[in-house]
Formats: sequence, structure tokens, C-alpha cells
Amino acid sequence: MDWQDHGTILSSRPHGETSAIVEVFTAWHGRHLGVVRGGASRKLAAVLQPGSHVALSWRARLEDHLGAITLEPLKSRAGVLSDRRALLGLNSVCALASFTLAEREPHAALYAATEPLFDVIGAAHPGWEVDYLHWEMMLLDELGFGLDLSRCAVTGSREDLAFVSPKTGRAVSREGAGDWAPRLLPLPPALLGQGPITAMELVQGLALTGYFLENRIAPELGQRPLPAARARLIDMLSR
Amino acid sequence: MSAGDEIEALIALMARLPGLGPRSARRAVLHLIRKRGALMAPLAAAMAHVAETVRECARCGNIATGDICEICTDPKRATGELCVVEDVADLWAMERGQAFKGRYHVLGGTLSALDAVGPEELGIPRLVARVRDEGLGEVILALNATVEGQTTAHYIAEALEGTGVSITSLAQGVPIGGELDYLDDGTIQAALRARKAF
Repeated sequence: MDWQDHGTILSSRPHGETSAIVEVFTAWHGRHLGVVRGGASRKLAAVLQPGSHVALSWRARLEDHLGAITLEPLKSRAGVLSDRRALLGLNSVCALASFTLAEREPHAALYAATEPLFDVIGAAHPGWEVDYLHWEMMLLDELGFGLDLSRCAVTGSREDLAFVSPKTGRAVSREGAGDWAPRLLPLPPALLGQGPITAMELVQGLALTGYFLENRIAPELGQRPLPAARARLIDMLSR
Repeated sequence: MSAGDEIEALIALMARLPGLGPRSARRAVLHLIRKRGALMAPLAAAMAHVAETVRECARCGNIATGDICEICTDPKRATGELCVVEDVADLWAMERGQAFKGRYHVLGGTLSALDAVGPEELGIPRLVARVRDEGLGEVILALNATVEGQTTAHYIAEALEGTGVSITSLAQGVPIGGELDYLDDGTIQAALRARKAF
């Protein structure tokens, strides 16, 4: 069994004295693990950093084996190391992808959105935080818990959408919410394309996606807590 | 061929050491047996002594044979500078360089989202308390130039804000003997950003 693909390193950990087990989010093979021989070497240390874009070749005798990966660097995102905020963003994307995505299950659309996100974070491009929020919404969508913000779940109206139902993930208008409003999650107007997003709306948006990650996705994954990297990013953005 | 249960057990233990496999462990054990008076007995005694006395320095996390390590008790090293390293191996590397004359703080790891290593596990609150108590002038973050190392460095820098201490970190760039053609993109980017007047 063998294949070639390209992807981004999510994590790497030592395996024996000379090798490493790397976790890569690939374009066509999803989140995939494999052994990199010589992965503990200084030569490969920079390539195996989370966020590095690589071309990889996977080979194993049987499909369900862990297999060996050989890789070549395509793009380094080491520029992020000196930027505290961007580094937290990169950590959060890698940790969430690793936490939520099933192994070897392709997510081509999500991958196509993730690579540009890594690029804007890697370049510490202003406004990458908004792209990150949209990426979390897409992640929820890929995992089957997408938010439906198109119309009110109660009245069917497209006007004055202000809340999201924590049960269904559907938008609710002020009129439709009525007395239930305190039990609903606030919907930042910027998520509906109504003007530029403010710092407060960004945090509200992340609280919204966080609710579904924590209460819908995490229970499906054995009640593990969400990665601390995400909490650290939100803590930074909240200040 | 079997060398007897006790010797085989010794070979199996030696084979668990880094850099040794079953064959090299066998060679090492054979060498020890041949030099048992001059090497094996003193080695065994030294290992037994260290095994009994070794512990973590209560102040810095270095390994020592007393409660406080030699670096922490050396009055000449009270320079007001504290070098934060990830591991004891990094402390030894800094000492090999003989460029730093202050004291150290060993974290014992780095923040890791995947391995659930948080600030408490690394004793970062203890580091902050130490910086306040000892009235230090500078904290040098000598952590690895990896995503986890630099995430930890930024976290510590943030935790130390408000203590009034000057926070610096090791430079990143072209290593001694490094040729640009063989450097990775990230190192070249870091080196260019950290360029200085010549």
C-alpha cells in the first residue's frame, strides 16, 4: 500500500531514539499518522514542526498498519514563532483538527479552507482571527453540527436574527425567541454579514462555536475536554 | 548463547539505555566483566550512591544530590539573572557553553495541548513566585525554537508581566558553521528578522 499527498503537520512525537510519529492533515487522506524514520534528527526537526506544509509519501504492507511516511518540506510557517497571538492561533487549529477529525477520513473541503488559514496565521496577517472563527464554523459543519443561520427556526423570518438555539444550532429571531431569549446563545450580527466584526463579536462567535464543540462534539469523542490551546487563544482574544 | 540468568538480566537492563541495543549492551557488559575491578565495581558503587541521593533541587528543578543544587548555593552565581530552560539536558548544554554565569530554572517540559501539559504541571506559578521573591533583574527564556517551546516562552513572558523583571530570549538564526544553502526557510526568516548592524 502506498500513496502520495500533501498536507500540514499537526503534531509530532518521538518514537524510539531516532524516529518520530507524525500526525498530518492531508488533502485527500484526512488526518493521517505514520512513522518518520530519522524524524528525531536535527535535519528534520524544522520540517516536523506543527504548521509546516509538506509533500508526503505513505507506505505500509497492509492498509491498517501505521505505515512509514517520507516527507519533503513545501512551506515553513516558522515565522509564527515570534508572534504570540498568531502562535496561539496556529496551536488552536492544529489541536482542534487533531482533537475532532477522525483518523483517515478525508475532509477535502475543510482542508481547502485550512491551508489558507494556516497561511494567514503564518504570516500574522491582520484579521486572521475572523478567518479562524469561520474555520471553526466550517469544522462544525464538516462534523455534522453545522449552524443554520439562514432563517429563524420559529417564525421562518430572515429578519432580526439575534440568537442561536443551543439544541438545534438554528438561528432564532428576537420575535421568535420571546421569553426563551435568556436560554438562547447570542448571535453576533457580523456572522450574518452585517458589517465588520468587532472584538466583542469575535469572542461571542467563538463562545457560540465553543458551545457546540464542547456540548456536541466532545461527548461523541469520549467526554474529553476541548484542547487547552483553544482556551488560551480565546483568553488572549478576550483581553 | 546464554551467559547465565543474572548476566542476561544485566544485558537486558543495559539494552534499555539510550544509544544501546541488545548487541551493544552485550558488548558493554562483557567489557565491564573483563574490567570488573577497575570499572564495574566503582561504577556499581557510584550508581548505587547516586540512586540513593539524587533528587530534584527544591529551588530550580535541576538534579542534585542534596536538597539544593550546587548552582543555587554558589554565591558567585547570584547575578540577578535567571535562565529558564525546558530540561536538565538544556541546563547542561548552557553550562557547557560557559557563557552564562547566573542561575537557572528548569521547567521539566513545555506546554502541550495534545499531551494536556498545562502551566500548573510545569510549575510556572512557582517560577513567577521565585522571580518576585528573589528580586531578579533579568529572566532569559532559553527555550527550544519549536512551536511548543515558543508557546511556553510567550506564556511565561505574559505571566511575568507586572513583576518588573526584564525578559529576554535567546536569538534565533544562522548557527556557527551554518551554510545558508542548507538552512530551512524558517531559520532564514528568523535570522533576517533578527539582523543587526555590522
